[in-house]
Amino acid sequence: MSVIVTDSGFGADDWAAPVVPMEEAGPGTTAVAVPSDAEPLALADFVSAQPDLMMIRINFPSHADGRGFTLARQLRLAGYEGRLRAEGHVIADQYAMARRSGFDEVEISDELAQRQPEDQWLFRADWKAHDYQSRLRG
Amino acid sequence: MYSYSDFDAAFVAERNRQFRAQVERRLDGSLTEDEFKPLRLMNGLYLQLHAYMLRVAIPYGTISARQMRQLAHIAETWDKGYGHFTTRQNIQYNWPRLKDVPEMLDALAEVQMHAIQTSGNTIRNVTADHFAGAAADEVEDPRPYAELIRQWSTDHPEFQFLPRKFKVAVSGSEHDRAVIAFHDIGLRIVQKDGQTGFEVVVGGGLGRTPMIGKVINSFVPKEDLLAYIEAIVSVYNLLGRRDNKYKARIKITVHEHGIDDIRERVEARYAQIRPTFEGADQQMLGAIKSQFALPKFKQAATDAYDSRYENDVLFRSWADTNLTAHRDADHSIVTISLKKHGATPGDASADQMRAMAELAELYGYDELRISHEQNVILPHVHKSDLPAVYDALREAELATANIGLVSDIIACPGMDYCALATARSIPIAQEIANRFDELKMEHDIGHLKIKISGCINACGHHHVGHIGILGLDRGGVETYQITLGGDGTEGAALGTRTGPGFSAEEIVPAIERLVEAYMDHREGPDETFLAAYRRLGMEPFKAALYEDARAEAA
Ligand code: HEM
Ligand code: SF4
Repeated sequence: MSVIVTDSGFGADDWAAPVVPMEEAGPGTTAVAVPSDAEPLALADFVSAQPDLMMIRINFPSHADGRGFTLARQLRLAGYEGRLRAEGHVIADQYAMARRSGFDEVEISDELAQRQPEDQWLFRADWKAHDYQSRLRG
Repeated sequence: MYSYSDFDAAFVAERNRQFRAQVERRLDGSLTEDEFKPLRLMNGLYLQLHAYMLRVAIPYGTISARQMRQLAHIAETWDKGYGHFTTRQNIQYNWPRLKDVPEMLDALAEVQMHAIQTSGNTIRNVTADHFAGAAADEVEDPRPYAELIRQWSTDHPEFQFLPRKFKVAVSGSEHDRAVIAFHDIGLRIVQKDGQTGFEVVVGGGLGRTPMIGKVINSFVPKEDLLAYIEAIVSVYNLLGRRDNKYKARIKITVHEHGIDDIRERVEARYAQIRPTFEGADQQMLGAIKSQFALPKFKQAATDAYDSRYENDVLFRSWADTNLTAHRDADHSIVTISLKKHGATPGDASADQMRAMAELAELYGYDELRISHEQNVILPHVHKSDLPAVYDALREAELATANIGLVSDIIACPGMDYCALATARSIPIAQEIANRFDELKMEHDIGHLKIKISGCINACGHHHVGHIGILGLDRGGVETYQITLGGDGTEGAALGTRTGPGFSAEEIVPAIERLVEAYMDHREGPDETFLAAYRRLGMEPFKAALYEDARAEAA
C-alpha cells in the first residue's frame, strides 16, 4: 500500500484505473508511469498523442535524483493540465519543491510515511510562501 | 551594497527554522544519514577529516564591516578563533559542533548572511570580479546581476538535486578576474549596438578533468539572462550523468554531446521558459542596481600619500605591490594579503577580521571584498588615507607586500584537513614563501602565480597556476608534479606537465631552479614568468628542472 500526500496531509489513493508504463499506453489509457530518465521532448509528444490521459506518475528512484522536478516542469510548460504525481523516494523536505515544479501530489510507501509522519509533510505545505521563483516571474 | 528585502530576511529565517528541524529529525531517526546528507550540504555543512566544516557564502565577495565583525564573533564563539577564506568567495569554519550550527546560522542571519547552497549538488554561491564597482576597466558592475542570479538560484525547486555541483561566475570587465572560463557557467558583460548583454560560456572546470569553457552564446540580452541560464541548468539536470560522480559535471556533458548539440537543446528549452519571465525580474534588477550605487567619493589632496611614498621604502614596496588603479584617480584599491610568509594561505584570525572591519569603516566607505585568490580587499580608499591604512595593517600583521608575487600562493587544505588528500599542500606553500623571502628575490621576480592542490580534485586550481603543483601519493610517498603555463584569466590556458614529479624535499629547490631559469632567460623585468614561458616554451624550464639537478648530483 502507499500513502498520497497533498497540501491537506495524508490520504488514501483514490486513483482506481490502471497506471501503465509509457510504452504500453494506447487508446483509452488514462494513466501512465514515466521513468526518471524520460526524454522531455519525446514525453511532450507522447502526451499530446494521448487524448484520454488524465494522470501522469513520474518516478523518483532516489531522493538524490532531481530529474523528476524538471520533467514535471517541462510537462506543465508544454501545456499538460491533468493530474501529476511524484512517486517513489521523495522525502518530506522535497514536498515544496515537488509542488513548485508542478506536481499535484506525492505518492510514498507506508514505510516512509511511518518514518516521516504527516506533520513533517504539513510543515512544508506552505510551499507558496518564501518562493523566489514566483517573485521573479510575476 | 545590497541590503536584504523583507522577503530575503524572512526567507533566511524560515530556512534556518527548517534546518533546525532537519537536525532534530536526523537525531530522532526520521531522516536517514543518506537523506540528511544533501540537506546539510545545501545548508553549507560539510564533513571533513577531523570534524564538520561550515562554509558561509559571501555572495560576489562583497561584505560590510558589520558583517566582517560578525564573522569574527562566530569564529571566537563557536570555532577556534579564526576562519579560512576560500577560492570561491566563501569563508569556512573548520571546527564547529553539529549542535551549534543552527545557532551559527542564526548569528549569520542577524547580519544578512547565510550558508545556503555553498555545498551539495546545487547552484553554488555566485562569484564575481572582486574589484567590481572599483576597477578602472569595467563595462558595468557585475554584482547586481550576480545578486539577481543568487535570488533566482536560491531554493530553485528544480535544481536542488542536480547531477553535481554547479558554479556560476560573473565578470564586468574585459580583463577576467573571476576565472569565468573555468566555471560551469561563466558570464561576461558585453555591449552590442548600445545594448547590455552577456557572453555565456559553459562547461569549464578544473578538478580531475580540467576543461576550458566554451562559448554557447556570444550575446544574450540582459532581459533574457535568467531564462537562458535556467534553460542551461534544466538541460543539464536531465542530461548530466548520474552513473559516475566523476563524469557528472556539465563540462563532461558538454564534452560528450558537443557544444552544438547542447546549444540546440538549450535553445529549445529557452523558447519554452522565456515567456514565464514577464518583467518582474527586470524590475527587481532595477531595485538591486540602485543599492549598488557607488559611494560619494571623498575629495582631498593626496600630498600625504606622495610624501610617504617618496620617503618610506617599505611603504613604497607595499604600495607598488598591493594597490590597483581605481576608477577615481585619487582613490586606490587596496589588497590585504592573507599570505604572510609561513602562514596558512587564506586564514584570518578574529582580531585580524576586526582590524580589517575597522579600516573599512574608517577609510573604506564600509566595504570589503574577498578575492578568489584568498585575500581581502578594501575597494575604495582615498590616497591620503593610505599611510594610516598601511600603519594599521602592519600592526595587525596584515601588511605583507606580496600580491601577485611568488608567495601569494593559492593552496588547498591538503593532508592537514582534507580526507581526500594524497599529499600536503599548506606546508609546501609555507616553505616556498619562506624560501623566496630569505632570498629577498620576490619583488625582482615580479608577477608569478603558484597554485598547489593536495590531490587531483584541484581545489587549489593548480591547472591554472603559472606554476602549478599537484601533490600525489606514489607508493606511500608524497610526490609533487609540476605544470607550467596555466592561466585563469582572459588568456585561459591549462598548464602543461614538465615531466616526472619531485619528492617533498626536492620540490622547493625545484621551484627555485625554475624561477632562476626564468630570471636568466627573461628579456627584462617587464617580461613576466608567464610571458617568458609562452615565448620560450618548455625546454629551458625542463632543462633547469631535470638536467641541472642531474649535473648537481654528478
Ligand atoms: C577539506 C575539504 C575539501 C574537500 C573534501 C574538497 C573536495 C573537493 C572535490 C571532491 C572536488 C571536485 C569536485 C568535482 O570536480 O566535481 C572539489 C572541487 C573544488 N574545491 Fe574543494 N574540497 C575541500 C576544500 C576546499 C577548499 C578549502 C577550497 C578553497 C580554498 C576548495 C575549492 C574547490 C574548488 C574551487 C573546486 C572546483 C574545481 C572545479 O572547478 O572543478 N575546496 N573539492
Ligand atoms: S584538492 Fe584534494 S586535497 Fe585539496 S582540498 Fe581538494 S580534495 Fe582535498
